[in-house]
Parts: sequence; C-alpha cells; structure tokens
Amino acid sequence: MKRIEAIAQAVEAAEACGALLVCNIGYPSRELFSVKDRPENFYMLGSMGLASSIGLGLALAQPERKVMVLDGDGSVLMNLGTLATIAHHAPENYLLVILDNCCYGSTGSQPTCTKLGTDLFALAKAAGAKNVREVLRVEELAPALQDPGVVIVKVEEGNADVPIISLLPEEIIERFIRCARLVLPSGKSRP
Amino acid sequence: MPSSTQAIYQGLKRAGINFVASVPCINLQELLALVSGDPDIIHLPVTREEEGVGLCAGAWMGGRRAALLMQNSGLGNSINALASLDMLYGIPLLMIISQRGSKGEPVIGQVPMGRITVPLLDAMNISHFSPQPAQAQETVEQAWSLASAGRRPVAVLLDLEFWRGI
Repeated sequence: MKRIEAIAQAVEAAEACGALLVCNIGYPSRELFSVKDRPENFYMLGSMGLASSIGLGLALAQPERKVMVLDGDGSVLMNLGTLATIAHHAPENYLLVILDNCCYGSTGSQPTCTKLGTDLFALAKAAGAKNVREVLRVEELAPALQDPGVVIVKVEEGNADVPIISLLPEEIIERFIRCARLVLPSGKSRP
Repeated sequence: MPSSTQAIYQGLKRAGINFVASVPCINLQELLALVSGDPDIIHLPVTREEEGVGLCAGAWMGGRRAALLMQNSGLGNSINALASLDMLYGIPLLMIISQRGSKGEPVIGQVPMGRITVPLLDAMNISHFSPQPAQAQETVEQAWSLASAGRRPVAVLLDLEFWRGI
C-alpha cells in the first residue's frame, strides 16, 4: 500500500475516537495535512526521532484520551530506545504506528536498515512491547488500528505530491494544546 | 539547612512539577529516589536524554509541568531536540543538570563536556542558573516560572561542590 493510504486510514481511525495524533517530520506530516487537517494533529517540523516519545508523554499526561503516533522506520531507528521505554511504560491509551517504507523518504529515499532485513516487529517484541502486530495488506490495517500497542505497517517507497504545511509552529501547537487539554488530569490545574 | 538534594526536591514540588524524565547521574541518585517515590509525580527513566525532551514536550502539551533530570553529558545528546522542538514551538522545560567536569572532577572523560556546557547554553540563548544549596529551592522554583512564562527551556546547573553542600 502507499503510505498516504495508510495515513488516510489512520487519521480516519483517530477521528472516529477523538484521538490525538502525533505525526513524524517530513512528507508523512505533509501527507497527513493534505489528507485531513484537524486541530488534534500535531505536525512535527523538527526533532526527528521523537514522535513516539512526544506521543508517550501526551498519553501519560492525558490518560483519558487516546493518543496515536505516526512514525517511520528511519525515525524509530534513530530513537530505538523508545521501544524499550514504550514496552515498560506505555499506557493503554497509546498506539504507535510505524510506517516502514525501508527508506528515508523525505531526503531522497536512501535505504534504511529495514531494507537490509532489520525487523522492527522483532525489535519491538524483543524490547518487551506488548500487543505488537505487523500489517502487510491494506485491508488488514483498519482492524489493527483499533487496539493500543505497536503496529508496523509495510508501505511502498515514494511520496505523494502534496504541498508543504501552511501552518506556523505556533499555530500547530496552540490549537493542538486546546484539544489536548480538554480533559485535564484530575485535580491538576493548568500549568 | 536542608541537604542539597532536599533543596532541589522542594524546589520541584513548590514549582508544581508533576512529570519527570530522567537519565541518572551518581549525584542525582537521592533526588531520583525521592521523585520515584512521589505519588504526585509521573517519573519516566528514559534511555537517552533527547528521548526525555520529547516525553516532557508531550507531557506539557497534555497539561503537565515537566522537568528533565540529567547529567551535562545529556545536554549534548539533546541539543537538536531543544532547538527544533522546544524552542521552535515554544514548549517550556525545566532542566535539572548535574554538572560534571568542573573543579574537583575525578573522571577525565567528563572534562570536555564540562568545559562547553555553559558556552553551549549561552549559544542557544538558554537561561541557566548555578545556585548554592541555600538558594537552590528558590532558584528551581524561579527557573520553572521563567520557563513557563517564556515558553522555553531553562537550566539549573549543579556542580560537584553543590552536591558536597558548598
């Protein structure tokens, strides 16, 4: 499947349950913005590798909200420790979706180690993560997005022809925070 | 007078810090134990300091007051995230940093980062404070206020003399 198809299904699933959605830097965020912009989307414009960590912090801070993260193989390989942290600390409202296209798609499709056989499914399991599954066909994706845990989705190389995100960083975060803090942790005041 | 560790812990509490990510330093061990045992603080030991910057950013977006406890070596591991996540979007972060590699340092490997910690923070325009134990509680509280009001990272540097109570 194309990555933008997977992203379209992911944002549909997120919208259906009001989930906050943190999206990896580069073309994935552009494709998400193009498919379905919504204030509950946090588009990363920097800090490659940290999508899963940002999402985990959110999920722990807002246990009542579902949090979905769209990450990539190159980014997860850059922050592999995140799989160990997720394995032992991720709450039930956290879903990490790794879109594995076996390359650095936003910089010219240079191959990552998943192209050579590094297995993110096995890595996540070996890190101790629970509820890890792998999706190879588009029709398997929607059901796989219903539960917390880690989903590795094999997608084709290549980017959709989509424009850059027409939002400033402060616009992205201000509207996102307003959504993210609708349910405050009990007894805690706004910082 | 409270111990150095107590001063930092009380400062965190008075600042309302309720989310902590950490990578340990020998000088932070007592503080980490206090934080871990505090039912009002979510504490995540992380694998790398940069990961902690991401976690704290997400926690703050979710309404928590977040601090990162680490050694100054971890500052080096966090530069890009501090710049292209916290500073880009305007996300506050309190960094409690055990500063190694300064006067009295027994480990030679700590010296290179020790020399450039303050120049790195200055180059990034990140405010930093180096309190003595007697002022540390207040400094930590004020550092969070500055971070929160200015929506930016702020550092508290605690060197070897600080932990010896000097």
